[in-house]
Amino acid sequence: MIPGVDGFMYPNEVELQWSVLIVLYPYITGLVAGAFILASLERVFKVEAVRPTYRLALLTALAFLLVAPLPLQLHLGHPERSMEMYLTPHTSSAMAMFGFVYLWYLMVVLLLEIWLEYRTEIVGLAQSTTGLKRWIYRVLTLGSYNVSPAARLMDDKVGYAVTVIGVPSAFLLHGYVGFIFGSVKANPWWSTPLMPVVFLFSAMVSGIAAVMVLYVVCMKLRKTPIDMRCLDTIARYLFYTFVIDFTLEMLDLVHRTYESDESFRSLDFMVHTRLLFSHVILQIFLGTLVPLFLLAANQLWRYSAAKRKAMYMTAGVLTLVGIFAMRWNVVIGGQLFSKSFLGYTSYKMQLGEREGLVAAILLMLLPLVVFFVLVKLLPPWQGGKTHQA
Amino acid sequence: MDISRRDIFTVGGKLLILASVGATLRQITGAEPPSDAYRMADHWWGMIVDIDKCIGCGSCVRACSKENNVPQGYFRTWVERYQIGDQIKEVRQPHVESPNGAIDGFPPLAPTDGKSFYVPKLCNHCADSPCVQVCPVGATFVSPDGVVLVDQTYCLGCRYCVQACPYGCRYLHPETQTVDKCTLCYHRITKGLTTACCENCPTGARLLVDFKNPKDPVHEILRTNMVQVLKPYMATGAKVYYEHLDGAVR
Repeated sequence: MIPGVDGFMYPNEVELQWSVLIVLYPYITGLVAGAFILASLERVFKVEAVRPTYRLALLTALAFLLVAPLPLQLHLGHPERSMEMYLTPHTSSAMAMFGFVYLWYLMVVLLLEIWLEYRTEIVGLAQSTTGLKRWIYRVLTLGSYNVSPAARLMDDKVGYAVTVIGVPSAFLLHGYVGFIFGSVKANPWWSTPLMPVVFLFSAMVSGIAAVMVLYVVCMKLRKTPIDMRCLDTIARYLFYTFVIDFTLEMLDLVHRTYESDESFRSLDFMVHTRLLFSHVILQIFLGTLVPLFLLAANQLWRYSAAKRKAMYMTAGVLTLVGIFAMRWNVVIGGQLFSKSFLGYTSYKMQLGEREGLVAAILLMLLPLVVFFVLVKLLPPWQGGKTHQA
Repeated sequence: MDISRRDIFTVGGKLLILASVGATLRQITGAEPPSDAYRMADHWWGMIVDIDKCIGCGSCVRACSKENNVPQGYFRTWVERYQIGDQIKEVRQPHVESPNGAIDGFPPLAPTDGKSFYVPKLCNHCADSPCVQVCPVGATFVSPDGVVLVDQTYCLGCRYCVQACPYGCRYLHPETQTVDKCTLCYHRITKGLTTACCENCPTGARLLVDFKNPKDPVHEILRTNMVQVLKPYMATGAKVYYEHLDGAVR
């Protein structure tokens, strides 16, 4: 009898191959995609109320995007060979495309949009600051000091075009991550065409929730009043996307239950045992139903600003926990049962190892450090300007 | 120097005689044929496993482990024992076990009212292999003679292929940190030998076959027996065929 194993596992299946770091990967890329979609609400879809979070959302997306490849890198058996994915990609592999989708999103979409958005201020700071800061901003100008009204209008137009390209790119970034899992036909827990769509909407939910929470925290720290119209609008969009996300997930669940194919007995057993806490309690109840109830209540009844803030914050934090649990249930849950459907293994997270808990916590804190640096370098607070394009 | 046609025929003829003497000597002495004697395009390897012949002794697992230096706790091949009761009376799962991959065989079986049998497992060397499809750098590939191999100098150790294999045949080698699997003893079969597992099977339950060889017994076996591959609905083009495979086997 092997410890942690119930029933029969193929002998090579006992050990899980994808650890908590691979849970972080879709979680972090999801936050990127979601934050960007929120930013595009203002820029492309002209939802003026969320303007105070436009720059914050872009910086959040960048902070998380810069960290996104790190968990993958740490997970590889040979990280020094990872460049081979760019140099000799295997065209039939969904994973091989990650590097290109990532680079496209980072270089063509996010960096360009942030640069265009901040260009006028960067030029001003390059001329008004001294010492090291001056050099940093001079580098960031990329040699372009033209901030004439005509140049700024051009920035605005190009920025708009980049955001328009950015929306499908954000969809691609995370839909693609879902495809990595959804296309594994050997694994019935993953193999569903709904997976990219579910990943996409859960990404939007988590990204919007992250920006909402960050906005409130930043305003508290800066002792600045919170724009309640903005917060209400973000919460409303969070509610809408959450309803779609929850509907898709329930559709998947109902479909699996009704079809009850040969894998169902295994998956059903897991949800009632090994994944009971992370799936039923964390993901569905605390991470979905409670925040949905809090957000829905605000659509139905009027509460005081203080109560709304508390409800939104509770909903936001629970949503972030719930989406993390969802990623966990996909990645870890998908490896807990045997592909023979005759047995179950268990995952024991290491502590200080390369793929352990400490590494995972540090990797989750790192984007916040990057975010702090970005906010210091490119303050998002004065970004009240109206986009012309 | 002028070379006449006569000179060419003379020298060429002498070289031909020398070469044929050399070839005869090799046949006489039994020395290994030169490496270029093996033409990959002439072969398409697979295996036939006869469930009825397997006695679950584990010789194949031990032989494979020694031949290929398989790390402890991981398996390029293993044997499963299925015990199935009366499925009509009660819908229940078969009882399956493979203690340590059956490297030491199986403990004696308690008397049951059902049937029991052994199922040797190994990489199916699929023609349309999902593991090959998903490898981000092409480190795992199907060789022209139909063997799924991993280039250890190229593998990233991302383990996407481990997830993609429906049969659980792959693992991350704890020392090389690259993915490892059955090579169908490629170092042996390209020298005209059979695999370590086939060679050490006392009952002949495993048979290495070459689908491109018209004289190979595989053609007769496929023509005259009921055969099946594992998980046919996966459409992987598996090339390990099982004779007398029960429907309960996964």
